Amino acid sequence: MIRITRKYRFSASHRLHAPQLGERENRELYGKCNNPFGHGHNYEIAVSVSGPVDARSGRAVDIEVLDALVRREVLEPFDHRNLNEDLEAFRAAVPTSENLGREVVRRLKQNWRAAFPLPEPHLESVSIAETSRNTFEVSAYEIE
Amino acid sequence: MLITRKVEFSASHVCRNPQLTDEENRALFGAAANPHGHGHNYVLEVTVEGAPDPVTGMVLDLKLLKDILNREVVDAYDHRFLNHEVAPFSQVIPTPENIAIDVWNRLHPHLSGSRTRLHGVRIFETPDLYVDYFGEGA
Repeated sequence: MIRITRKYRFSASHRLHAPQLGERENRELYGKCNNPFGHGHNYEIAVSVSGPVDARSGRAVDIEVLDALVRREVLEPFDHRNLNEDLEAFRAAVPTSENLGREVVRRLKQNWRAAFPLPEPHLESVSIAETSRNTFEVSAYEIE
Repeated sequence: MLITRKVEFSASHVCRNPQLTDEENRALFGAAANPHGHGHNYVLEVTVEGAPDPVTGMVLDLKLLKDILNREVVDAYDHRFLNHEVAPFSQVIPTPENIAIDVWNRLHPHLSGSRTRLHGVRIFETPDLYVDYFGEGA
């Protein structure tokens, strides 16, 4: 088995605000990230895929197929968007990096079989960095 | 405990399966099938697992690790055309997957000691694409 990791970038804005909490609680909990007008990041995501090396191609994953899948399901809908306003998933969930990572895994898993019809390669994990200081890794096995 | 050391080498390669036609190779590998080859600045991260020696406080002598990486990988790979100059790539397509496996095979015999074992190799073909290999069966 080989694990291949590919990095992608997108830029988006968001606001961290939990509707179940009051204005003051939100300000205390999220600090600057609770600014009502939102703020933005240059996100970096790393998608890790595992599989055996195919003898014909010497590759474990067709990178072009992976790129097209990530572009269509993640980069195009997320890049230069306001995550709270433009993404259905973040109407109910706060767009933290934790929830963003889970949403990326969910989108890739839902569309995986159509892109990769064979049992391998499979999605291993997605890691997401809002800034270069913090990285959140979500295993593909923790999401339905 | 895991210890990782990084080295770099620059090399050219062509991704081409000789059993396929030119057209099939272009469809499979795209620009990487250009028969004249193209190059990358590869970055190799080698991770060794072991327990520190109670006397020296070290898992292994990093100078020794550096010498092994230079001798077994960098000297063989750096500024070479992999397909033509580095075994086994006259037979095996030098994709990053196969490079990771070859690097593992080159290093494994030299890093399996009483206190250490090779844990994994990571090859960056570009800053945005890397491959991990943890040995057969892993």
